[in-house]
Order: sequence, then structure tokens, then C-alpha cells
Amino acid sequence: MATTAEGFDVHHDDHADHTPSFFARWFMSTNHKDIGTLYLIFAIFAGVVGGAISGIMRAELAEPGIQYLHWWANSSPEDLAAAGHMWNVFITAHGLIMVFFMVMPAMIGGFGNWFVPLMIGAPDMAFPRMNNVSFWLTVVGFCSLLFSLFVPGGAGGNGAGVGWTVYAPLSTTGSVGPAVDFAIFSLHLAGAGSILGATNFITTIFNMRAPGMTLHKMPLFVWSVLVTAFLLLLALPVLAAAITMLLTDRNFGTTFFDPAGGGDPVLYQHLFWFFGHPEVYIMILPGFGMISQIVATFSRKPVFGYLGMAYAMVAIGVVGFIVWAHHMYTVGLDVNTKMYFTAATMVIAVPTGVKIFSWIATMWGGSLEFKSPMVWSLGFIFLFTVGGVTGVVLANGGIDDNLHDTYYVVAHFHYVLSMGAVFSMFAGFYYWFPKMSGRMHSEMLSHIHFWLFFIGVNVVFFPQHFLGMQGMPRRYPDYAEAFAFWHEISTIGYWITAASLLPFFVNIGYALFAGKRPGNNPWGEGATTLEWTLTSPPPFHQFETLPVIEDHHDYHDHSSDAAPQPAE
Amino acid sequence: MANGKRNAGGKAGAMSAICARWRGNEFAGLMGSNFKLNRHIDMGQTFGRMKHILIALFAAFAALAAPAALAQDAAIEEEPARGEVLYEDATAADNPGVPEGGASEAYSPMAPTEGKGMPTAYQDDALASMTFQDQYTETGAYALGMHNYILMPIITLISLFVLGLLLYVIVRYSRRAHPVPSKTTHNTAIEVIWTIVPVLLLVVIAVPSISLLAQQYKTPPEDAVTVKAIGYQWYWGYEYPDHGGFEVISNMKTAEDALADGEPFQLAADNRMVVPADTPIRMQTTGADVIHSFAVPSLWFKQDAIPGRLNEKLIEGIPEGVYYGNCTELCGTLHGYMPVTVEALPKEKFEAWVKEQGGTMPGAAEVEQPDADADADADAAEVALAD
Repeated sequence: MATTAEGFDVHHDDHADHTPSFFARWFMSTNHKDIGTLYLIFAIFAGVVGGAISGIMRAELAEPGIQYLHWWANSSPEDLAAAGHMWNVFITAHGLIMVFFMVMPAMIGGFGNWFVPLMIGAPDMAFPRMNNVSFWLTVVGFCSLLFSLFVPGGAGGNGAGVGWTVYAPLSTTGSVGPAVDFAIFSLHLAGAGSILGATNFITTIFNMRAPGMTLHKMPLFVWSVLVTAFLLLLALPVLAAAITMLLTDRNFGTTFFDPAGGGDPVLYQHLFWFFGHPEVYIMILPGFGMISQIVATFSRKPVFGYLGMAYAMVAIGVVGFIVWAHHMYTVGLDVNTKMYFTAATMVIAVPTGVKIFSWIATMWGGSLEFKSPMVWSLGFIFLFTVGGVTGVVLANGGIDDNLHDTYYVVAHFHYVLSMGAVFSMFAGFYYWFPKMSGRMHSEMLSHIHFWLFFIGVNVVFFPQHFLGMQGMPRRYPDYAEAFAFWHEISTIGYWITAASLLPFFVNIGYALFAGKRPGNNPWGEGATTLEWTLTSPPPFHQFETLPVIEDHHDYHDHSSDAAPQPAE
Repeated sequence: MANGKRNAGGKAGAMSAICARWRGNEFAGLMGSNFKLNRHIDMGQTFGRMKHILIALFAAFAALAAPAALAQDAAIEEEPARGEVLYEDATAADNPGVPEGGASEAYSPMAPTEGKGMPTAYQDDALASMTFQDQYTETGAYALGMHNYILMPIITLISLFVLGLLLYVIVRYSRRAHPVPSKTTHNTAIEVIWTIVPVLLLVVIAVPSISLLAQQYKTPPEDAVTVKAIGYQWYWGYEYPDHGGFEVISNMKTAEDALADGEPFQLAADNRMVVPADTPIRMQTTGADVIHSFAVPSLWFKQDAIPGRLNEKLIEGIPEGVYYGNCTELCGTLHGYMPVTVEALPKEKFEAWVKEQGGTMPGAAEVEQPDADADADADAAEVALAD
């Protein structure tokens, strides 16, 4: 155990639960579980900020006209530019926060850090101190983004109003002032944190599996994090390069994206989406992994088609790198290019379909217990399917001409992210919360949370398909009268969704202060991965004696006989 | 006056809207032959002509009122309102003295037809507010048909199928109904099926999809009318290289003006992109400052306007009428306020409009210069498209 933290003497002794002092523990942490907890707290905080911003946006969009933006921009009602800029700042902040500071930290930093070492039987991550650096880079990146809100971002006022895609030349010659520089720099920091995290995960998974745990016996959640880590490692440097070129275009007179100097704005889009498309899989793949664990646990049945499931994720990861230009169908692509990207994009539906059907087949013949993680997973499977099929519509370059940059796209990616990724995160949260905290949450509150959230997000986003087909463009603070009805419905949905967070937070509070002790394994015989062999919460340093995966163990069952407390 | 215009427009529009929806619905037949579609479009034009007569009457009426409206424009300055700042600033600063439309007898803006070329409110037609706008071009009708008759059924069935399976396992395999789980983890046959069937479905989708792309990328014919839409922060300029190269500057109408003219606010522009009806348009787009995107939903058309590039795409004949659209690429603070208004006029009226703008028709005495320009533009477009 001590090998992973050699020379860092706060935890060198034999007492697994000898924890360092508060400051050393939470600010200089080298413990994967503590860092995972920090990531989760950070992600929840960022999610509240990003979600509050969507509240501002939905309130503004509830009816035509500008109602609240002037107040936020502190501008006169005649100053449409200030309101418009404020709006762009909100959409930018919402997008960046949710992608880089909510979903990624929660999925990879939070659940990945917590459960990859536990599931593979490792005492910690391979590079514990680098793990700490990853986390604090993310936090500093978030601070840089928040700071950008308060410095000039162009004629319209403070903040970066360039969209999360930061397209040049709007983000270069189009936005004077330091706000965009700080927003870009926040991506550098968060990106660097993620690259370090990715190397850490790859090293950990390849080198620190318990004896006997071959790659083909690894839990699917670990597989999903492994694939995600590779995507991060290959995609983020491209983003870093692209946004570095933005910075030099902005500040040092280069013209990478400026046609006046021989550059090309579309080059930026190619680079951005070469990162951006894998990024959407980065956000959803760990969710796939969690859903696989949860569905198997609550069906009391091994995952159906394990190898298919693992390699479907690999396939999604690989194909995810060759479809990027479907985000750019309207930039004036050559007809053959557009046909290629149409065909390639549709291919992704195949491995995704394999996953959906394999989850259903896992439940088929099982003995389903509808605990909170399971209902969130069921919700995930259905809503992700709905989001997936609209993706098939959008994949068609010729159809996309009329849907590109409309609310249809907004609805599509919120179905796969704010319902796909977020449902899987809530599923994972309720699944592992007893393990992480050592307290049971209330099943009733988590079911209330589920139903409110399920109804809320559908009311928010389903009508947005209609708006998009009718031609309502994205990123508009205001709209023609004809769009009013469905926007109003959508805003009502937001309030339902926001209300659903009340039972969520009450539930956490209840569990922490009054929750029952869950024991090692609150979910019964279906939970067979190694984390359930440990106490809840696990010891500060676990697996001082490495668990051994015997020949009789398969990909599903890692704990029988080998567990400290045998299951049978 | 505004009310009168709206109602009459509504009647004519109802006919053509029915016609257009019917056209979209003929897609199944269209898969077999293109004849049907063309005929329906012809019928659409017949309706269009009838409607045109009606509209002409009101246009004449409107022409009388137009100077008054212009006077209002001038007077409105003291009365700040939403959209006002944008409108006034842009007009004052950027309009390079293009003659204003509306003052002449020859051209006055055509009144829009309710429900045509614009979004439909839920209150007016709940179903229509939940789907695409009616389509008025051949590729648009094809795309709409592909969406309505291939994509929508497939994705609806898949979603319902998955939902059905989920509900079935929830009921059938709950712990109460099925206490002892099976140990099944493999079934090669079913795994092959659920890989192959989606592949087949995708092939079914890919065939019309690829064919649609091929249609959309048809090279404009020699005699196509070239219009170059230039995206500015935050208004559009429409240049007519074939007609002497004049440029029309198009700003959003204020709420008052739009209301007065019976047009939808935030979709209506003061000076429209006027094109000859039923004539192929060589639509070029470019950006002057940042990236904009020229989009007209009812023509199934969207093309980015990118600085340093000249994008080009064909719009086949547009029936007479007014079609609204927007900028659809985030372009800065007033991104939401640079609408696109396209007006398709009969050829003679279009000629009159061109003359009024100070342009010339190709084939007239001084065509040499503009034609050379157009060729150069077309060449540039090829370069941009070919890279």
C-alpha cells in the first residue's frame, strides 16, 4: 500500500483509518476516495450554478420580449445590445459549466476516482498526487470561468458571450476584452486536469488490477472509464491546440482563423469538433458503465453479452473520432464529405443499439427490484433511446439543413445529456451513496426525486423538438410570437425539474444526519463487484491485502468466496 | 388597414397551405416518380397566381399608405421601444444610400400569407405548430417527405418498441412475479439480430438521405439568378451581381412597423431579399465580420455566411410569396435580431424592382461588367466548395 504514496508520510503506518488532519486531508489529498468526494461536491456545486443559469434562461424565454436580461446586465431597457450580450454570457457559462465542471468531474473525477480502484481491487490510483493536481486544476479552471463573468467581454458588457463552442472569429476579432481569454484559459486548466486524470486512469487500470482480474473480467464501469480515458487523452490535446491558437490570434497577432491573414474560421470548427464529438461520448460512456452495473445488480443477473457491451463502448469510442463534421453540415462542406459524415454518423447507432438491447436482455429473465438506482436506470434507458433516435434524424446531412442550430438540436443533446448523462449520474449516486457515506438515503425521497425530475425534464425538452422543427433558432434571447406557447410549456417544465432537487438535497441531508447504516452490501446478492466486499464507507486505505480473482470468478462475480465475508 | 391585409392574405394562404401540405404528403408517390411532385407545384403556382391578384389589390392599397409609414419611421425616433435601437443605429450607420423600396408605384412589399413561410402558433393550428413548416421547394418537399414518411415512423417505432420492452420486463420480471433469476448471459442469435436489423434500418434511411444530399448539391443552371447574402453584425446585405451588383441592406423591422404591415415581428425585415419566382437562385453566402448563417426554414435552406469564404448552393424555383427566416449562427449581441425575409415576385415585377434599386437586367446594354463579376464569384464559390 505504502508504495503508492511513498515518502508522503501522512499515511505510512498500518492503521487503515488513520486519517490526516482536515487541511491535509481535503486540500493536499492523495486518497482516491477523498478526491472522488471532492469532485462530487464540486460537481454538485457547479451543477447548481449551471442549473440556476438555465433557470434564468428559461424564465427569460417564458414569453416573447426581454424581461429579465436588463436586470442581470444592469442596463437600461433600451440597450438591446447589453441584454443580448448578457444572454450570450449565460448560454456560454451554462454550456461550459455543465460540460466541463459538472458532468465530467462527476462522472470521471467523482465516480471514476471512487470506484475504479475499488472495483479492480487496487489500494489507490497509480499517481495519487497527480490525482490531486487534476482536481485542483479543475477548480482553478472553474474560478477562471467565473472570473471571466466580471471582466469586459466586448461592446455589450462583461463576460464571454461566444457560446461553449467559442467559434472564431466571434471569439477572436469579435470579442474585445479579457473575458474570452479567461474563459479560454479555464478550458486549458480543466483540460489539463482531465488529461492528467486520463493518464492516471489508464495507468491504474492497466497496472493495478488485482491478481487474476483480466481485462475481460473487469466490471463494465471500469471498461467505460478506460475507454473514456483514451478518448480524453486523444481529444483534449486537440482542443488545447485549437484554443491556444485562439489565444494567439486574440493576443499575439497570429491569423490561424483569420482569412485576412490566410487563416480559416472553419479550421477552428474542424479542430473543435474533432475534440467536441468524442467529448459527448466522454460525457456519456461512464454513464453506460454505471447503468450496466446497476441493471445487473437489481436484476440479480450478470450483464447480458458482456464482451459485446465492452467492445460496443470501444467501437463507439473509435467511431466517435471520425464523425465530427456532422456538427458542421452547414459550413459549406463538399457534397462527398457530407455524404461520408452522414453515413459514418449513422453507424454509431449500431453499437448504441447493442447496448440498449443488452440492458433490456439483462433484465429479461431477471428478478427486478425497483430500488432508486434501478428506476433512474430505467428512465435512462428510455430517455437515452429517445435522444438517440433524434440523433439518427440529425445525422442526415440533408435533413439537418433545416434543423441545424435550432431547438431540435437543443432537445436532442439535452435528451442524451441532461437525461442520459444526468440520469446515469443520479442512478450512480443513489447506487453508491450508501457505500461512499456509510449511510442509507431515503428510498421514498429518491423516488419522488425521480418522478419529479423525469416529468420535469420531459416537459422542458420534448416541446423543444416542436420549436426546432418550426424553425426556432438556438441561442436566441427572444423570439417571434408564434413560438410562445411551447416555450412557455418548456419553462413550466424547468420549475418542475428545479423543484425535484429539493427532495434530492433533503435526502442527502437526511441520510447524513439520520440515515441507517447500510452494512457492506445494501443491495443484496446482485451486487457482486469488489466495492461491496468492503465496509461502508470503505477504510481510508483499502485492500492492504490484495483480493484475488480466482478461476471460478467471472466478469460478473468477483466476490464469492474471495470476500472477507463470503456471500454464500 | 393592417387587419384587412391580414385577413385577405389568410384566405389565399389557407389554399396554398393546404396545397403545400398535400405536396409534402405525396412523398410516397414521389419515391416512384418525380412527375407528381412537379404537377403539384404547378397547381401551387395556379393558386399562387389567384392569390397574387388578391395581393396585388392590397399592394396597391398599401402603396398609398407607404409614404405615411415611412414618415412614421422618421417620427418613431423619439419613442424608444424594443428593437428600436438596433433598427435606428443600423439604418443610420450602415445603409449606403440604397434607394428605399415602397415609395414607388412599381414595387411595394408583398403582404405575407398567414401560415406560409413562417412558423405557426399553437393557438392557430396545434398540429402544425409541432412539426416542420410547409415546404415550397422541390428538395424541401422531398426532405419533408423523407422526414415524415421514413424517419418519423422509424424513430417513433423504435422508441415505442424500447418503451414496450421496458414496461414488459418491469411487469413480467419484477421480483414478485419472477423471484428466481435466470442465468442466461448469451444468445448469439439475438445478438446478431439486434446488430443486423439496425444496420438494415440505417440502410433504408441512408438511400433517400444520400439522394437528398445529391439533389441539394445540384449545380445551379447557367441562367440562375445570383444573390449574395452578406452577413453583417447584425443585419443582412443582399447583393445582386447579375444585376449590376447593387446591395440591399436589410434590417429587422421594429415591432410597430411589423405590426402595421401585418408581418411577424422578429422575422420581418425592412428591405427584403427579392427574387424572381419560379427561377433557380444561385444562393451565395459570406460573412463580413463573424460567422452568420442564412436560414429559411420553409425553403429547407441554411448556409453559413463565413468571412473569407463564399458558399454557394442552389435554391430551385420558389413560388411567389414571402418567406421568413433567421440568422442561425451565434454572431454576437444582436444575433437574435437579424431576420431574413425572402420575397419571390413574378419576373416582370422583379425587373421593376431591380430597376428601382438602380440595377440592370442581364442582357440589357451594360451587362458586360456585372456578368464578369458573376463569373468571378461563381469561380470563387467553386474554389470554396472544392477544398
